[in-house]
Amino acid sequence: MTVIDLLEQQQLRSDLPLFKAGDTLRVHFKVVEGTRERIQVFQGFCIKRQGSGVRETFTVRKQSFGVGVERTFPLHSPKIDKIEVTAIGDVSRAKLYYLRQKIGKKARIKEKRV
Amino acid sequence: MKALLGTKLGMTQVFNPDGTVTPVTVIQAGPCVITQKKTAGSDGYEAIQIAYGDVKAKRLNRPLLGHLKKAGVSPKRHLMEVPGETGAAVGEVLDVSLFEAGELVKVSGVTKGKGFQGVVKRHGFGGGPGGHGAHFHRAPGSIGASADPSRVYPGTRLPGQMGAKHATQRGLTVVSTDTERNLLLLKGSVPGSKGSLVVVRGQ
Repeated sequence: MTVIDLLEQQQLRSDLPLFKAGDTLRVHFKVVEGTRERIQVFQGFCIKRQGSGVRETFTVRKQSFGVGVERTFPLHSPKIDKIEVTAIGDVSRAKLYYLRQKIGKKARIKEKRV
Repeated sequence: MKALLGTKLGMTQVFNPDGTVTPVTVIQAGPCVITQKKTAGSDGYEAIQIAYGDVKAKRLNRPLLGHLKKAGVSPKRHLMEVPGETGAAVGEVLDVSLFEAGELVKVSGVTKGKGFQGVVKRHGFGGGPGGHGAHFHRAPGSIGASADPSRVYPGTRLPGQMGAKHATQRGLTVVSTDTERNLLLLKGSVPGSKGSLVVVRGQ
């Protein structure tokens, strides 16, 4: 194991749930407003996970008032309070970029029956 | 001036308490052994000589082995002179505790070689249009006037070897140091590829 891997390992978070592209997430993100801190929830589909180690990020896409909104979070950021996986999606891609071209009923993701 | 020889290990990132990310270069700096002291009396100037990087004795030539033996130091690959240092004695070891977090340093190394490159990559020329009947693409264009001066001015930007030359990056902040593993984390990038020799100096 290289020194870089060891340095990154110290910063990895172990409290994160397992999830992949297609899953529906609720990301509880800490937002600082002036002096006080509050938690903002961003809910949507995870459309990609990218990178490895401490540099890994994931992107969540949601529809807000008819407009598609995407937000990318560093997976191991200390600003993420917690991630909830509310549904596991049934998809056959690792990167769901095709959702950007879909609107309405076609932009849904089938839920995986367990 | 304080200086250490080291090896560039690569880049990663660290999270700050406020959630922002700092890009860092990890450098294995030192330990460096002082192998010689130069004094105004015997050499005309003040300096110390430091050595870094263990190596098999058979890789070094006899004069260098003799020089290191005189200082009582095991065979080392790299030697460097640090002007202006007077304090330490021969045989003393310098390590990353020389630097502390928050301090500004400069790092020198040999940049990655890019080979023989044209003016677009080497000097950032704009190049010509790709299509629409244009015949001018990536050529340098005019390099000066004709009969007067009848020569190309020195310093004219032309194709040639790019990279693989000595460069210094100044004003890098020390993010943290690790005295156990001799690591130095610097904010930003430094010249050279992973595993290449770098010199870390105080500003």
